[in-house]
Amino acid sequence: MTATVPGAAPAPAPAPPLRRVLAQARFDATVLLRNGEQLLLTLVLPALALVGLCLTDVLDLGPGRRVDVATAGVLALAVMSTAFTGQAIGTGFDRRYGVLRLLGTTPLGRGGLLAGRVLAVAVVETVQVAVLGGIALALGWRPAAAGLPAAMLVLALGTAAFTALGLLLAGTLRAEGVLAAANLVWVLLLAAGGVVVPPERMGGWGDVAGLLPSGALGDGLRAALVDGALDVRAAAVLVVWGAVAGVLAARFFRWD
Amino acid sequence: MTDAPALAVDGLRKSYGGRPVVDGLSFAARSGEVTAVLGPNGAGKTTTVECCEGLRHPDGGTVRVLGRDPWRADAALRARVGVMLQDGGLPTGARAGEVLRHVAALHARPLPVTDLLDRLGLTAHARTNVRRLSGGLRQRLALAVAVVGRPEVVFLDEPTAGLDPQARLAVWDVVAQLRTDGAAVVLTTHLMDEAERLADRVVVVDHGRVVADGSPAALLSGHGESLRFGGPPGLDVGQLGAALTAGISVQEVSPGQYVVSGGPDAPLGPQAVATVTAWCAGLGVMPDGLSLGRPTLEDLFLDLTGRDLR
Repeated sequence: MTATVPGAAPAPAPAPPLRRVLAQARFDATVLLRNGEQLLLTLVLPALALVGLCLTDVLDLGPGRRVDVATAGVLALAVMSTAFTGQAIGTGFDRRYGVLRLLGTTPLGRGGLLAGRVLAVAVVETVQVAVLGGIALALGWRPAAAGLPAAMLVLALGTAAFTALGLLLAGTLRAEGVLAAANLVWVLLLAAGGVVVPPERMGGWGDVAGLLPSGALGDGLRAALVDGALDVRAAAVLVVWGAVAGVLAARFFRWD
Repeated sequence: MTDAPALAVDGLRKSYGGRPVVDGLSFAARSGEVTAVLGPNGAGKTTTVECCEGLRHPDGGTVRVLGRDPWRADAALRARVGVMLQDGGLPTGARAGEVLRHVAALHARPLPVTDLLDRLGLTAHARTNVRRLSGGLRQRLALAVAVVGRPEVVFLDEPTAGLDPQARLAVWDVVAQLRTDGAAVVLTTHLMDEAERLADRVVVVDHGRVVADGSPAALLSGHGESLRFGGPPGLDVGQLGAALTAGISVQEVSPGQYVVSGGPDAPLGPQAVATVTAWCAGLGVMPDGLSLGRPTLEDLFLDLTGRDLR
């Protein structure tokens, strides 16, 4: 341990804003992609669901090529895993351990922390689309090229809605509560939320499932990637969920 | 550099659930000085520092850090202020080196990360996940995070709590270097030797108020020298008191522990020592651990804040 460090005199200056946000995004994405439980949630389970749905006919996915319908649903599931469950659990424990408070005192600040975190979600989703899309292509997936812009829009709206819902959860419950709730909601939405199984194949419950963010994201991606169309109703449902959850999160999120 | 203090706290108030935790507290901290905020557990130290860090909004009074309101701090002000929280606040999913490199990347001219890791004995643990670091290593990493941006003002909340003696010295070394380099360091502690050794200025806080404020030497001046010794409990100190010069007092501070103190107009001299030893000799008592010395900060602290547990 040396007594002096050259150039140690105070010389504070923040890095430029964009660089701070990118640094946070890289840091968060690295942590997310290295965490085993997160990978199970974001890649392994969706991949198993994709392969299982394509190689069996256990669930009725309705009209359309089975691999195309299944892939759209599994991509919706992947978004839900990362933007909602993974992000809520990570933020919930960061809040518990004072990480949000500490990073809030650095040049990054609270705004930069949120921006970096949302960007990290986008990075992880890109990896998910690449991996799951690669598996799907190998299984014979042929996405409708005309629907790719609509798919991007629906992915962005779904990510925004689920990120806002995840932050609402993470900023209001205790860390253990966030862990339990985020996982439970994921399982419930997977089973009955219209993500993988289209709401229209669910009977009377399907009307409700279509209004959930999970069903809207699934429907939106199926319309875009199977039929090459923008499902305006599904997009509107996602906008409403995102706006309501965003307002509530901004109002009730506690940093400590 | 101006004469304005780096930190000015004036009449700060903060209550939780109607219970005042900080109750009209004022003090200042200057550049190139270490200011220790000293107080028993629950005295309001952490709440005070959190108001200074912009993490809590005061109910009343003002806080100015480098002349600005920390509650409205922008990135430029946050870069000038380094923070070490009592509970660490380190991301647990990343490696120690990654965390420090990340915070360094948020600054334009950070300290070299490898030097800082080395200085705090963290190099061997740079690839260890924060979750698996011992409490002492986490403390040191949190200190590194606080100083990596080369701040002008550094807030350290209990920086040596739970550290072994070697790690404590390493932390003191960094704090002393920050002062030499011209930063204003504000640290909270309930360790008297830490305050006495490190601080240029000590602010003693109790029940949310400042009960003493000054350099350790100034706080202890006026508290004359004292003579301490041990013996059988219950000796008749009245007899000794009568034999001593007027103004010099004697007390059995705890069973079998005796303190002879001089007053402002009656300093302890060789005659007093001779009187005490002669009195002991007369009783056939060996004055155990007989020592002459100035009172410590701990004596002062206990005088100011009382001996009751809280």
